[in-house]
Formats: sequence, C-alpha cells, structure tokens
Amino acid sequence: MLAARELTKEYQSGTSRLAVLRDVTFDIPQGAFVSIVGPSGSGKTTLLGLLAGLDLPSRGTVLLDGSDLSRLGEDARARLRGEKVGFIFQSFQLIPTLTAAENVQVPLELRGDAHVAERARDLLSRVGLGDRTGHFPNQLSGGEQQRVAIARAFANQPRILFADEPTGNLDGTTGARIVELLDELNRESGATVVIVTHDLTLAEHAQRIIRLKDGLVVEDRASRS
Amino acid sequence: MSASTTTLLRLAWRESRTARRRLLLYMSSISLGVAALVAIDSFAANVQTSIQEQSRALLGGDINLRARQGFTPALDSLLDSLRTTGVPSARIVSFASMATASPSGGTRLAQVRAVSEGYPFYGEVLTAPAGRWAELQRGAYAFADPSLLIALDAAVGDTIVIGFARFEIRATLTSVPGDPGIAATIGPRIFIPERYVAETQLLGLGSRAEFEAVIKLPEGTRSPIWVAPLRPRFEAANVRVRTVVESEIDLSDAITQLARFLSVVGLIALLLGGIGVASGVNAFVQRKIDTVAVLRCLGASSAQVLFIYLVQAAAMGFLGAAAGALLGVAIQYAVPVVMGEFLPVDVKVALVPSAIGVGLLVGVWVAVVFALRPLLGLRRISPLQAIRRDDAALAASRRRDSWTQITNLALVASVLMLAIDRAANTQQGVMYAAGIFLSIGLLWVSAAALSSLARRLVSPRWPYVFRQGVANLYRPASQTRSVVLALGFGSFLVTTIVLVQANLLKSFDLSAEASRGNLVFFDVQDDQRAGIDSLIRGAGHDVVSQTPIVTMRFDGVNGLDAPAYAASRGLPARYWALRREYRSTYRDSVTPTETLLTGEWFGAAAPGDSVFEVSLETEIATELRLQLGDTVTWDVQGVRVRTRLTSTREVDWGRFEPNFFAVFQPAAISDAPQQFVTVAAVASDTAVARLQRDAVRRFPNVSSIDLSLVRATIAQIVDKVTLAVRFLALFSLAMGIPVLFSAVAATRRDRLREGVLLKTLGATRAQIVRILLAEYALLGILGSLTGMVLAFGGAWALVRFVFEGTFSPAPVPALLIAGAMTGLAISIGVLTGRDVFRETPMAALREA
Repeated sequence: MLAARELTKEYQSGTSRLAVLRDVTFDIPQGAFVSIVGPSGSGKTTLLGLLAGLDLPSRGTVLLDGSDLSRLGEDARARLRGEKVGFIFQSFQLIPTLTAAENVQVPLELRGDAHVAERARDLLSRVGLGDRTGHFPNQLSGGEQQRVAIARAFANQPRILFADEPTGNLDGTTGARIVELLDELNRESGATVVIVTHDLTLAEHAQRIIRLKDGLVVEDRASRS
Repeated sequence: MSASTTTLLRLAWRESRTARRRLLLYMSSISLGVAALVAIDSFAANVQTSIQEQSRALLGGDINLRARQGFTPALDSLLDSLRTTGVPSARIVSFASMATASPSGGTRLAQVRAVSEGYPFYGEVLTAPAGRWAELQRGAYAFADPSLLIALDAAVGDTIVIGFARFEIRATLTSVPGDPGIAATIGPRIFIPERYVAETQLLGLGSRAEFEAVIKLPEGTRSPIWVAPLRPRFEAANVRVRTVVESEIDLSDAITQLARFLSVVGLIALLLGGIGVASGVNAFVQRKIDTVAVLRCLGASSAQVLFIYLVQAAAMGFLGAAAGALLGVAIQYAVPVVMGEFLPVDVKVALVPSAIGVGLLVGVWVAVVFALRPLLGLRRISPLQAIRRDDAALAASRRRDSWTQITNLALVASVLMLAIDRAANTQQGVMYAAGIFLSIGLLWVSAAALSSLARRLVSPRWPYVFRQGVANLYRPASQTRSVVLALGFGSFLVTTIVLVQANLLKSFDLSAEASRGNLVFFDVQDDQRAGIDSLIRGAGHDVVSQTPIVTMRFDGVNGLDAPAYAASRGLPARYWALRREYRSTYRDSVTPTETLLTGEWFGAAAPGDSVFEVSLETEIATELRLQLGDTVTWDVQGVRVRTRLTSTREVDWGRFEPNFFAVFQPAAISDAPQQFVTVAAVASDTAVARLQRDAVRRFPNVSSIDLSLVRATIAQIVDKVTLAVRFLALFSLAMGIPVLFSAVAATRRDRLREGVLLKTLGATRAQIVRILLAEYALLGILGSLTGMVLAFGGAWALVRFVFEGTFSPAPVPALLIAGAMTGLAISIGVLTGRDVFRETPMAALREA
C-alpha cells in the first residue's frame, strides 16, 4: 500500500548539507496500524511529510497506493491526497473560520461530492460530537477539536491516514480516547493508519513500530500489545 | 470529479467569516479614491448636461456678435434687414462707469450693461421684486446687483446717475443667465435700456466699451449653417461671431480640462489606496498560511486556493468601491455648493450611472490587481506548513515566478492606462504615470536607504529601547518600505496641493499693497489731469502717481507692414498680437514692478531723432518674434512712430499698478493724445467716498476704484478657493489613514509576538511603548520628509508648467503637514501596540 525506497532528505545548512533522513526503506500493507517513533530531531515529521506527499525527497521514492509521488506534480499530489489520504495534526489544524461540520465537509467539497452536509453530520455523530456540529473550533475543547479533525480525516474515506503527534496537545485521558477512536476507525474502515509520535504508550497501540534515530531506521518490529 | 465553482464560492464565503471586517478595512483604502472619481465624473457630466440645456441662455441668443469698436453702419443695416425677415436681434453695450445714487450720494464703480428690447432671448433674468424685468425698456429704469445698492446706500425706487443720465432703480438682480454667481462680487452689474447710452455721454474717444448683439434664429435653424454665408460680412466689420454650438464646445472644453485635472488627483488617491490594499492583503495572507496549508493537505490545488482568496478580495474590493461610490454621490451633491458660484450655469445635480459604473469598475480593478500580487504567494504555501511551520520556506514562497512578473506588468499597465485615460492626451498620461512611478521609486529608495543607515548606525551604546526601535527598521519582517511608501505618498499628495494653493494665491498678497495708493482714477483725459490733481491735493491727500496712456496699434517691422511681417515670421495673417490695441506709456525710468531682462534702458533722445527707443514686455516680444535692434513702427492714432527695440522687461502683472506691454522713450509719444491713470493715497473710507463723489460730479467720465474694496473682493474669492483646496487636502489626508493602517497591519503580528515576548522577558509597558515610539517616529519623519521633498518637486512642476507661474517654496505649511503625518504614524503605531498589553504572554507564546 505504502512503500518507502531508500528515502533520503537533505537540507542545505550554511555551507554544508545536513541529512535528516538516510536511505529509509519499508513497506506498509493496506489496513495496517503503524507507529513511527523516535526522539526529537530523529526525522519523524520529515518522514511523515515525504510519505504523505507534502514534500519531495532528495533521493529515493515513495509509492502510495501504486503511485510514485516523486513523479507527480504539486497539484496532482494534492488531488491524490484529496482522494486517498487523511490527516490528523498535533495542533488539530481546524480552519478557525469554519464550524465543526463545515471543517469536515471541506475535503468532500474539494472533491465535488454531493450530500456533504449529511455525511459530515454522520461522521461527527460517529466521533461523539453530533450535538456540536455548528460550533466553531474556539468553542470546542482540545479533545473535541481533535475528534472533529478525526472526522474530517475520515470524511473522504481515505485509503491511508497520517497522524502527526495526535495526542501531543491533549491530557492523558483524552489522548487515550483519541487513540481508541483511531483504532476503532482503522478496524471499521480498513484504512491504513500511520502515527508519528514520541509517546511510547501511544505507539504500543499500533501493530507495528518503526523507530528512527538520527535519520536512520534503527528498529522495525511488531508491537508488544 | 472536482469542486464546482459554486462549491468554491461557498467555501470562500464561509472561510471569510471572521476576516471580512479586516479585509473590508484594507479595501476601504480605495474607497476615497473611488469617491473622488465618481464625484468628479458625475459633477463634470452634470455640468455638461446643464451647459447643453442652458447654452442658448448662456449666450443670450443663438448667435453672438462682439465688437470692440462699435458696430459699423453696414452691420447695423444688416441686422435691421434681418429683423424684417423674422430674425430678431438685441444689442448689449457694456462698459465700466461710476454710478452715483441719489439721495444717498454714494458712489461706486459699476459694470454697466445697456441692453435693447428682446434681451435675453433665452433664459430669464430674475429680479426682486419678482417679475419686473419686462419693465426695463419702458423708461429710464435701472436694475442693479443688491451688492451695488448696499455699497451706494441706495434702495429700489431711488435714482442712480450714470454719466449725464439718471435712472430709477426698479428692482435688484437675483440671477442673470450666462453670468456666474461670483460676477456680482467681482464687478457689480447695472442694467439700463440701450437707447439711453448716448444720454450718458460716456462713450467718447478712448473709452473702453464692448458692443454685442445677440441674434435669435427661427426654431429648428442650425446656427453654424445659418451663419456661414454671413460670416465674411461680419468679419469684415471686425466682429467676432460665436454660435451657440461654438460657445457650448468652448465651455465644455474648459469644464473637461478642470475635471481632468481633478480626476488626476482622484487617480493618485486611488493608486495610493491600491498600495494600502497591497499591504493590507499582505498582512491578510500572513494570517492565512495555516488555513491554506491545511486546505492543501486536504487536497485543494494551488489554483483553487488562489481562487478562494481572490474571490474574497474581489468581493470586499467591490464593497470598498461601492462605499466609495456612495460617498462620491454624496460629495457630488456638495460640489455645486462650493463651486457653483464660479460656474456660468445652474448645475442640476443628477445621478450619473456611467460615472458610478466606471468608478466601481476602476475601483474593483485596482483592488484586485493590487491584491493579486500578495495573494499569488498563497499558491506557494506548502502543505508541509501544516505539520511544521518553516519561516525559511515561507520566505522562499514569496519568490518571484512568471505569474508574479505578469501581475507586475498588469499593475504597471493599469497605472499607465488609467493615467492616459484621465489625461488630456497620451503624452500627458505617460508623464503622469512616470511621475507616479518616479515618486514610488524615490520613496522606495529612501526607505531602503533608511534601513541600511539604521543597520550601520545602530550602536550598542544607545539606550536599549531606542536601539530596539531603530533595529526594527532593518530586521526581517520590517515594515519600513510599506509605511514609508504609504506615508510618503500621502504627505506628497497633501503637501503638493497646499504648496500649489499657496503659490497660486501668493500673487494676492494683499497686505504688501496697503502702503501704496488706494484710490485709482482712470479715463482721466489730458485736459482733466490738472483738475483731478488739484481735487485730490485740495482735499489734503497725496497723489502717488500719474501715468499717461496712449492707445496705438502695431504697424510693421523693419520696413515690412504687419501682414508682410506676419508672413515673413510664419505667423497667422490675423495674429492677435499684431491686431490688438496697445495701451502704452512713456517714461524715463524702470518701475519697481518691472525687471530689465535684456538690452539697456533708454538713453537721452537727441533733438531731431526720427527713430525712438522702445522697451517691450518679454513675452509679447517673443509672441511678436521681435529681437533687440528691430525697428518697430506703431500707428499712434493715425501718426506713424518708428522705434527701435532696445530692451525687454519682465513685468509682475499681479500688482494693482498700471503695467504695460510697451514703454516708450518720452520724446516718442509725449505729444500724442493721451489719458491718465491717477493714483491717490486717501486715509479713511469716508474720505474715499467723498473724493469719489466730488470727482464724479466734476468729471462724470472719470471712473475711480477703491482698491481696499477690490482687496476685500479678492480676499473673498481667495477664501472660497482656499476652502475648496482645504477640502481637497483634508480629503487626501483622510485617505492616508486606512492606507497607513493597512501598511502597519502587514507586520502587526510580528510586532505583537515580539512585544509579548519582551513582556515575558520582563519589559515594562513603558519600555515597549518607547520602542514603538522610536520606530514609528523614525518611520513617520522619514516618510513625511521624503514626501515633502517630492511635493516641492511636484508643486514646482505644476506651478511652472501647468499654471505657468514662478514657484516659491512655502516651508511652514509643508513642515506642519510633515509634523501631522508623523503624529499620525506614531498614533497608528502605538494604537497597534495596544494589543501587546491586552494579550497575556501565554496566549501569544502558545500561538507561536
């Protein structure tokens, strides 16, 4: 489903080149729940950006559902994301000017889907926010905002969902509920879920853990849970 | 399948929810510019319509004939024969004369208009008591301006004496078609029947009168076609012919020119607004980075993102333009109140849809094209920004690509097209545009220079807060350029307007004149000179000067007669400067109002000289293509006088003193028939009135002007002009405020974050205010001073080339404006800093 082949990302830093990722290679099958872990600065977020097509690698390739992302232009990658990818961010990244329901509708509307309002309502009910559809992000708690973000991520029935530190801005209990919700939706929808986190407890919820250090994969194992 | 336009429009609408007010504030930068264009275009259209409707009333008939020397018998019989064929005409003889009232005895110079039966054929003379105009021809009646009656201390029913004729005042004038309202202020009018002109005995040799006839054509006759076969006969009689169509065209041209000049100010206002829009939208884009990054993550293409925000900008631009158009319509109703008195027509104010439409269109276009430049940056915002804010990548996103270049080109082309559209011709339009670009360029350069100077000068020894304020001028995300541009352009505009006004009005510097004579007698005949002199001295007053005036015509140069000379120099055969009557003088010294430019002043004339010396005013010498040493022959009332041009003079015409194109060596014309202008210095108003009354009693043909009254009249006119200019300047200043707000908004978030960080690190409120003060004071001073320097250049160019005057700088008002602009910048800056104190450090840090 998702394959990384010798992914390398380098940045120009002053006069020298700094490699943030080096020859990262792995495959993630459809429906898997995978955690990418590592300390701060190990290259997790960079890897997530490359896997989701938000950025392009210096070398190597990413195959997402059979498409080589390096060969696609900026707008083609955006279309691909609109069709197959869902996102959850640490800081929720809801559009502050839109209500909960409207936030969930955005990916559907960008695709030109019909009956988007009903689908958004269903999704919000599914994450337990059926009564908060008309609220704006600043009227919701952190946990609620993240649940809206999850509903939005699943709105376009993605083949793969990327979550960047999804519990990073939440307290322990709320964070645990969010992970459970992700777990449920992963099983129900059959979507692949890739979580980037430095929270090992959260990581253990996944079926598989890929550990990064200094831009290299230092461990790739099944979780203990 | 992808999102339909409707879906994107819906998204654009929803997404704009909280930003609408802010975006509208930025877009309001263009409102005043649009208001100016709509008001000016509507006003011009209204005046044009009024001219078309009232053109016959303006002329008094379908055709107007005008002669300086009176109508020839041939012309009189032509008009009589036309009358028998059903084409009536009326006569108007206009001249200035003293009017004396009885019983009050008040005396005042008046503009006499003697009109015959039928005048005016179109329009209506309104009187008070109403409806009395028809009585004018029934007897020795007069109708006068109310201001004249006040000056004469007379009332309706009293008697007024003009020359040797007496008239009963039947009514006062309320409105005369074809005369602007201000005519009554400049020279109060008095209408009498034309058949009494001879009785006044005022139109003798050398007196100045204008003879006119207005002809009424049968309904449906086209005046230019009707007059064509008669034109040679009219012109042979030295009569100037004007048809209603020609008069309409002339007036329309004058109004168009005025409207063009004003609309350039409107255009500059609009472009300044455009700069405000660009800085405001730039700030707006900074706030939208996160949202755009998320939209990109969710699958939006860069084109879709651009479309969403362009729609928002265009919609708000439309609202800003609409608010401006509404304001313009309101101003349009106010313009006739300010300008009405200067116009010869009653302006009927009506909505002009085309003006409103053009204003809206130009406004939206300027808003969109100026907003587009910062909006293009949205396309380059990477979705990666949603998971990791990277300022370096953001800076790279502002990199220029081909679309940015195309937008830049569109911007330049828009400015050029708008300037050409508003100017009289392409060349002028290109010059206006070049001026605008040059100003922007200079402001840009001075802003860059300030940044680099600040970087170099900033010293660790300076107090921390000042150092911090100065450092803000060159740090990343500094607002030096946008603020200096907005402020400089605003101060440029306002200062230019004020400087031009000061220069145009400086020739009316009235106080300087007060010390010299204040009562002027003119048309004093040779044999009356001694009488007037003794009258003045006998009453205990001083005679300041007695200037002889000799009337003459141009006869030829270097042996060629006037037509042959005209042909030899490529001048038109009937060139005005060759045909006009010259009222010249003779004297042996230069007066304080003249400066010798070339050649030398007269030497002593040797007895028996047949060629005398003459000095010409420099511009008339150029008009006549004459050079020093040329022999010029004059026709002095039938006698040929030969002169050699030995000098040219520059003359200050703005003074209340007799000035002349040609000044002769005394020996040349001192024996010719002549009149005198006598200037007296009289102490009090009552003494002036008494002297005027005595003079008119003994010498009815001699007119006198009380210069203090003239000064008061001019002061009144100057006040009115000043009011209009102040309005314009205030308007420009008001326009600067939203623009400056937008400019400051661009870096507001950075300032806010920085301020809160400093607060977190222990900075007090006073320290932060002082940092802001230092920064905005420097920005304000630089912006307004650069604008001021530019304004001196702009005003010089306008005064020199458009108004053809000499420029003298007026530093005091300019410095006051610069001070006000600096104050404005500081207020807006510190006002922006208010939020620093409102926000808790935590909130800002969490956001960061």
